[in-house]
Amino acid sequence: MKQIQQCSACGGIRRRVLGVLAASVVATAGVMLAVAPAQAQQGKLKVGLMLPYTGTYAALGNSITNAFKLAIEENGGKVGGRDIEYFTVDDESDPAKAPENANRLIKRDNVDVLVGTVHSGVALAMAKVARDNNTLLIIPNAGADDITGPLCALNIFRTSFSNSQMGVAMGKVMAEQKKKTAVTFTWDYAAGKESTGGFKEAFEAAGGKVVKELYLPFPQVEFQSYLTEIAALKPDVVYVFFAGGGAVKFVKDYAAAGLNKTVPLVGAGFLTDGTLEAQGESAQGLLTTLHYGDGLNNPKNNAFRAAYVKAYKNEPDVYAVQGYDAAQLLIVGMNAVKGDTSKRAELVKAMEAAKLDSPRGSMALSRSHNPIHDIYLRKVEGKENKVVGVAVKNLTDPPRGCKL
Amino acid sequence: MDVYSLAIQFLNGVQYGLLLFLVASGLTLIFGIMGIINLAHGSFYMIGAYMAFSLSSLTGSLLIAIVLGIVLSVLLGVFLEWALFSHLYKRDHLEQVLLTYGLILVFEELRSLIVGNDVHGVAVPDIFNWSIPLTATLSYPVYRLLMSAVCIVLAGLLYLLIAKTRLGMMIRAGASNREMVQSLGLNINLVYRLVFALGVALAAFAGMLGAPVSSVYPGMGTGVLIICFVVVVIGGIGSVWGALVAALLIGLADTFGKVLIPEAAGVTVYLLMAAILLWRPEGLFRRV
Repeated sequence: MKQIQQCSACGGIRRRVLGVLAASVVATAGVMLAVAPAQAQQGKLKVGLMLPYTGTYAALGNSITNAFKLAIEENGGKVGGRDIEYFTVDDESDPAKAPENANRLIKRDNVDVLVGTVHSGVALAMAKVARDNNTLLIIPNAGADDITGPLCALNIFRTSFSNSQMGVAMGKVMAEQKKKTAVTFTWDYAAGKESTGGFKEAFEAAGGKVVKELYLPFPQVEFQSYLTEIAALKPDVVYVFFAGGGAVKFVKDYAAAGLNKTVPLVGAGFLTDGTLEAQGESAQGLLTTLHYGDGLNNPKNNAFRAAYVKAYKNEPDVYAVQGYDAAQLLIVGMNAVKGDTSKRAELVKAMEAAKLDSPRGSMALSRSHNPIHDIYLRKVEGKENKVVGVAVKNLTDPPRGCKL
Repeated sequence: MDVYSLAIQFLNGVQYGLLLFLVASGLTLIFGIMGIINLAHGSFYMIGAYMAFSLSSLTGSLLIAIVLGIVLSVLLGVFLEWALFSHLYKRDHLEQVLLTYGLILVFEELRSLIVGNDVHGVAVPDIFNWSIPLTATLSYPVYRLLMSAVCIVLAGLLYLLIAKTRLGMMIRAGASNREMVQSLGLNINLVYRLVFALGVALAAFAGMLGAPVSSVYPGMGTGVLIICFVVVVIGGIGSVWGALVAALLIGLADTFGKVLIPEAAGVTVYLLMAAILLWRPEGLFRRV
């Protein structure tokens, strides 16, 4: 390189060499492009796992990944007769990095199917990239209503839930329990508002009245002034959406204020999922709604739990179930086209028609590709969220702006 | 809203304000008096809370955990001052920001490695684990009242330390002219080391005392950091009384903001700060 630079007369030669190089690169690329589709059909199916492996949601990302791989292993390590090659990206639950990460998997690694993620903001960005590139996307957690609402697409599926579902189910149960007035309380952000919005929708449709909707700026956890207000309003029930550290603190503060003795607290299942250790006594007896719970006695769940514990030495959670079903859904679609991803229309049709035997119970998909499943009513007993009944059987979302 | 719940909201505001003061008091020393921009203050708070969790599950008593935790955090403060901060007094603020921001990342990662990313609760000691009924539906946890009392006592002690004792005199002198104090034959390095350690211990103590109420979770330090700086800036840099008054004002503004104008609950504190700084750019109180 240095010699060439020193030789001013060589400029012409260098340009010619570069020209030849460039031409051959273009030619090779052309050949590769021509060959690529044929190779992809016979070769391994490329699955891009874009999930959080660091940060607050790391445990959720790992649960989903473990269970996804477990379902594939149980299927002989293949889908539609093809071996699988995984491409893993840590999305860091950072929406700002999401388009770049998703594009990297789709454009550089050429994945056939994208699986992810936990954080709704990241998932919304992934949905956009998947739409633009027409890449198959399966969402194993993020509950943003919009993904299977206005942003729905033929190539986007969800195997988890939508945020409003838990609220809708609890709203119905509370109305059935003859509660007349309610207060809703959550962080002032999309997931929370969708959840409490669902509650309001179902509770008021059944004749109840939400007397006040309280919002706390995210991610603050100073609840005291709101508790005072709830005590002054004296509603029949309080519905909340909180998760993680905020859920622990809220449940403890609610009990410390003595409100749990007079105004029943209910919420979306995340209020008491993975937090019971820290909430201790203050969470006992709380009712929550979720599409999974402890003590769910069906053969599939028992088999799933046993296999998961055997493979990973810890108990599976709801996120694992969602990851497991993401793989099950992919298997159904791929089997229908015998591994030929170029038959996209048939693949999508088979996935839409899938009736999954999920650990949560049976699960189908709505027209907007969101789960139709039973939402369970659960009660905290000791360190478990015991399923005490079905809040809503086969809950189906209204279209919410989806035009499929 | 009736007078009774207004009064309870006032109590909420004061109680929150006192808690804010406790967290911000250490920052008043380190940032306000020593003049070091310490973004890692929230991390010291977080470390305190995690020590309360780990030590109280080891020893079975929150009181023992707090005593041990104070000793450990003083040692941590002395070590950090000796190893890192003592080299920064003469550098400009940007370098202090860089170092302390780096410390936030280091402490968060260490926390993740040692304790993990789970949310933990710390039990309120049994003797304080009861509530005083205020209305038919609402009672007030005694532990929160105890925290307020501790905050008031600490505010008084800090004021006495800085305004009335010989050590306080040295601290104030060192803050206004380091070289002159040294040339008078005082060991200003030692004084600064002590003040820094005290600042760290106060932040950690706030974390430990607050742990049963706030629970213990990743990222808890960054949440309190910003509000601490707001307290110190509104109160007037370097003033303990200023910090106390500012913390109470913020507590009340935040509480009543949430109740009366819920749509703007997120900004009431910052509106208050803007208004006060327009009125008195140096904050409410000057240096003690």
